[in-house]
Amino acid sequence: MSAASTAIPRGLAPTRHVLDNGLTVLSKHTPVTPAVTINASIRAGAAYDPPECPGLAHFLSKTIDRGTAARTADQIAEALDSRGVSLATAVTRQVLSLTCTCLTEDFEAILAQLADIIIQPVFPDAEVESRRGEVITLIRQDEDNPAPVAVDGLMEALYGNGHPYGRRLRGTVEAVERIDSAALRAFHQARVRPASVSVAVVGDVDPQRAADAAARVFGNWKSAPAQPLDITVPASSAERRTRVIPMMNKAQADIAYGFLAIARDDPAYYAYWLMNHIMGQYSMGGRLGDSIRERQGMAYYVYSSLDQSPVPGPLMVRAGVSAANVSRTVASIDEELTSLAADGPTEQELLESKQYLIGSMPRTLETNAGIAAFLQSAEFFGLGLDYDVRVPALLQAVTRDEVHAAARRAVDPARATIVVAGPYDGTLE
Amino acid sequence: MAAVEERTDSAVREHILDNGLRVLIQEVHTAPLATVWAWYRVGSKDEGPGMTGVSHWVEHMNFRGSTNIPREKVKGIIEQFGGYWNGYTWIDQTTYTETATRDALDHMLFIEAERMGSCLYDPEDCEAERTIIISELQGGENDPDTLLDQELTATAFRAHPYRHPTIGWLPDLQTMTRDDLYGHYRRFYVPNNATLVIVGDIDANAAMRDVVKRFGSIPARDVGRRPTTKEPGQLGERRVTVSRRGTTAYLKIAHHAPAGDDPEFVPMLVLDAVLTGAKGVNLWASFRTPPPQRSARLYQALVNTGLASGIGGSIVPTSEPFVYTISATATEGTPLERLEEAAVAALDRVAREGVTPPELTKAKTQLRARLVFENDSITNIAHQLGYFATVGRWQDFHALPGRIEAVTLEQVAQVAAKRLSPMNRTIGWFEPADE
Repeated sequence: MSAASTAIPRGLAPTRHVLDNGLTVLSKHTPVTPAVTINASIRAGAAYDPPECPGLAHFLSKTIDRGTAARTADQIAEALDSRGVSLATAVTRQVLSLTCTCLTEDFEAILAQLADIIIQPVFPDAEVESRRGEVITLIRQDEDNPAPVAVDGLMEALYGNGHPYGRRLRGTVEAVERIDSAALRAFHQARVRPASVSVAVVGDVDPQRAADAAARVFGNWKSAPAQPLDITVPASSAERRTRVIPMMNKAQADIAYGFLAIARDDPAYYAYWLMNHIMGQYSMGGRLGDSIRERQGMAYYVYSSLDQSPVPGPLMVRAGVSAANVSRTVASIDEELTSLAADGPTEQELLESKQYLIGSMPRTLETNAGIAAFLQSAEFFGLGLDYDVRVPALLQAVTRDEVHAAARRAVDPARATIVVAGPYDGTLE
Repeated sequence: MAAVEERTDSAVREHILDNGLRVLIQEVHTAPLATVWAWYRVGSKDEGPGMTGVSHWVEHMNFRGSTNIPREKVKGIIEQFGGYWNGYTWIDQTTYTETATRDALDHMLFIEAERMGSCLYDPEDCEAERTIIISELQGGENDPDTLLDQELTATAFRAHPYRHPTIGWLPDLQTMTRDDLYGHYRRFYVPNNATLVIVGDIDANAAMRDVVKRFGSIPARDVGRRPTTKEPGQLGERRVTVSRRGTTAYLKIAHHAPAGDDPEFVPMLVLDAVLTGAKGVNLWASFRTPPPQRSARLYQALVNTGLASGIGGSIVPTSEPFVYTISATATEGTPLERLEEAAVAALDRVAREGVTPPELTKAKTQLRARLVFENDSITNIAHQLGYFATVGRWQDFHALPGRIEAVTLEQVAQVAAKRLSPMNRTIGWFEPADE
């Protein structure tokens, strides 16, 4: 039954089990509450959308649980609702995920339902039509919201229109209007294969029970692995680029200021991680928070983020400010980034960020949902079953010079891409 | 030992110090973590005209240094233990929390004792927070749903201070002074108006000794008279329309709801589960995961028919009667009249006919499961003890599963008939204007 089964005896010590068909089962027994979190991650995210059909993966996430060869949409709704289970579907650039928590006593029944949804959805026309209305409304809401408008604008500028990372995740209304059952079936057939799926089971269920249940409901599913996706990486911008998207009906402007940064498997990733933490995360938003929020009182939120990504992901500074403070905020971001790139962090800052990131591991791994998300991320990036116990040493090993070098390479304001969306129609330096 | 009272019920130990501070401690040894929540019985309902938003602003100020924690030392105390800290203010309460590895416990207690007794209110910091909070308000107003919710609540209440938003009205935020903030802080941040909750991988006796050491000498003081306005009865259905440029139309329907200690509250929770799916009762966690709602009445009537892209219901325990709010987002091209007509038809039907036995069973199962799911972290466990202690009694949280189990079809039918009537209703529209 099992092609490979591995257990690591320290730290979190999850169990990884690969079925003969290539489907991966990750499990961790936590007997705290009589509940189990199931998180299925499928390599069928928005990056896999056909170029002519942006939004297909997102549309799939909205329709995959609306009827299968075995059950109607109403029967699925009843099976989940009657057990108090809500199935959350989500799409990132890389994966489509289905997550739910159920009582331990319902584990086998819910896993079987989830397998049915993943393996044999049928996309009934009536469901596709009503979900289309929902998806178009979501896109219209995004178009009226400065935060996604600014972020989408930045991603498009960084990666290029039409690039798997540059397209809008939910696609365009024009493309969504063309999507039908056949398109969804074809996408599902091409992308949702056993070897593309990893199922994390975390909770009051032991690994053997999890593996047995998964083998029963997924074991007979046979299909060759999907074609891998080849994503080209655009060159980083050599100059500073700015774009203003006026939305004069809004109360506040959103700033998205960013760069192409680094791939997850680059050995320098840990230095970038610490650099980003010092710049825009530590406590109330790192150096950026100290300046723009705490000292100047300009923003309720200001922070930076670094995506984990198989190709160089974005490093993004975000802030929401009044129109009158847009230029001053951008100038303050420039100033903080210039200083970090010129001088690097202090030893004290580096120590504090290391302490925080290492010390926060038990919190990250406190809940079933937290553990499941951690296991899926480690699986996706091939970080190993002992990644939780290796993190402290990986972070401790990073030197101040390495973080300084990361800042010098990554955050030069002269090469920043800046998008502002909101009640602002001025220019940007 | 300054603790004068100790009662044991389930795993929670309760102590009340001489100065009136209520302390709740629960040992949970599943992870090497500890959490502290400090709760104050002060929220936006305690604010008068000209002072709306003061409780929330005071919360912000209480992160900006104290006698023994200089401004620049605030950050780092909890972070060095990998910890998380935050706070929130709502209509009945203001609360502060830290969760970190268990060896940080005394640091957390130190921070909370300082916060209760000796925050600084530096005038420059007050001004910085004024603009930060105005930014928070304007960020909220970018969202039509938030804007509509604010207008809806202000329309549903004529007299009760629940009518104004917790963040406050902009003109008040522009004019309040440092002394207004400091006065509010000094009045309400006293041990006899607070509950301290500690949960985690700790020794309860040792933790109690630390609490006495840190808080025992903070003097009690009378908080004075609070607003006592009761909301007068409604004379007919009310309406409000927000008209702004936008892409999407929103509908909200509010009904005056029972307070948390009202016998009608739990039947109302069950009714909401039938209409929009069970959320549970954790303000901190319940709304972060979607409810099981595909088979719920309003989902079927509004989303499955293509009229709405999503629906929700909101009922949480409050110390005085608040509102039960149903929200729906219209799909593109759906007129709000049609969405409202379908929503009201579903509400009228349940008010007329009550719910069915299978619906009651399903709602109870959902609520039971949600209560289990929401107890998955020490942060959530401690939140619930403190939340319930602040709006009523903490024991009410533990009594909830039994009260849910005991709900009858008749009780649900009665609250539906009484609470969902047009006479108790306020309808809000966000209608996107062309220009």
